[in-house]
Amino acid sequence: MPYPVEQNEKFAAYAHPERLVSTEWLAAAIENGAVANGELIVVESDEDVLLYETGHIPGAVKIDWHTDLNDEVSRDYIDGAAFASLAASKGISRDSTVVIYGDKSNWWAAYALWVFTLFGHEDVRLLDGGRDKWVAEGRELTKDRPAPASGNYPVVERNDAPIRAFKDDVLAHLGNGPLIDVRSPEEYTGQRTHMPAYPEEGTLRGGHIPTAASIPWARAAAADGTFRSREELEAIYLGEAGLAEGDDVVAYCRIGERSSHTWFALKYLLGFDSVRNYDGSWTEWGNAVRAPIVKGAERGSLPVAVGA
Amino acid sequence: MTTQALPSALAAIVDDFQALSEPERLQLLLEFSEGLPELPDRLKDHPELLEQVVECQSPLFLTIETEANDAGPAGAVRLYFKAPAEAPTTRGFAGVLHEGLDGLSAAEILAVPDDMPELLGLTRAITPLRMRGMTAMLGRIKRKLAASQADA
Repeated sequence: MPYPVEQNEKFAAYAHPERLVSTEWLAAAIENGAVANGELIVVESDEDVLLYETGHIPGAVKIDWHTDLNDEVSRDYIDGAAFASLAASKGISRDSTVVIYGDKSNWWAAYALWVFTLFGHEDVRLLDGGRDKWVAEGRELTKDRPAPASGNYPVVERNDAPIRAFKDDVLAHLGNGPLIDVRSPEEYTGQRTHMPAYPEEGTLRGGHIPTAASIPWARAAAADGTFRSREELEAIYLGEAGLAEGDDVVAYCRIGERSSHTWFALKYLLGFDSVRNYDGSWTEWGNAVRAPIVKGAERGSLPVAVGA
Repeated sequence: MTTQALPSALAAIVDDFQALSEPERLQLLLEFSEGLPELPDRLKDHPELLEQVVECQSPLFLTIETEANDAGPAGAVRLYFKAPAEAPTTRGFAGVLHEGLDGLSAAEILAVPDDMPELLGLTRAITPLRMRGMTAMLGRIKRKLAASQADA
């Protein structure tokens, strides 16, 4: 059964207010026993694999983006059977309301939410502001690990097409729809072939996909990690990036995690129907033979051969 | 590579990890993160004396000092680390290296194999990507030591 949606003025301005909850709302829901009785499942998903163990929101279970959601061998996500067993082990059923939160402005939580959406999980929400806001407000943390009763989750095959773009999809998209590059300006221009602190995820070539607008992912977040207001988001994505209502948008970064955060903002806060995350992102594109690349701060144009 | 090649404190830590199941190993790494000593005040007030290891996913700063020892045997090497509480994995790696290497001689530390972190048996639970941070930390300590010896 879906748990009631939070009503507040900030969320009401978004296209899909039902996709967010505030820290106050979650604290009240916990107080009312909604997490203890399984009406609401809270999931923590962090970059740091041990952060949950240092203390987490009472009743929250942990899902690790790498060890739980990525396939161990192939560069892909887990399959329907593995997802069903993961969800059930966390007390999640197909009709559960799931609230996900995490570190770094929900960077990894948004990624987990995107993977839940690949499996068509209906009611999955983000905690606005994530772990940092919860901690900054001095709210309760615990080291007690819940032992949820097993959920009832069917094996659902992933439906990638609506929200996931592969390299060939991006090649076909070039010249037909906008792209948003959410990496740092240094990565966009090609000055760097990796993120400042992630040299192991480097690539052979630097730059960006031709025509992509540069909007670093964190610009969608305010200083306290919450999403910016609808008005602010419109100024960034409609104004600066030049997206128009009804556009079919592709977002990418380095491995698809930062762009999940932007995917969430475009799809659920601004209401673009067709937004896909290119999870191959720069670690695929920047290593691919003959993939067209633009260096420098300009968006650039398509090489003739690509459109032909 | 066997643990016999390691200094005794480090070998004991590796043995402890290897004796545990995977979830217990993570718990042990968490305990090392909690046990990482604070920086002494003289370093706390001078962050410029520490170097950042950029290969770590979270900010990790370290420095080494060699204690003067006129009495003969090589001076003991002291290791200092700084990492935020919200980066327990990085702190845990630093805690292992601190407990395993602090106070040894430069020659003993330089003899530690570069791939020693793989012996902890955490690669599957933590992923190779995250393990590289610890390998980079050990590499940085050894490079700094080698450089300071060349200067001496």
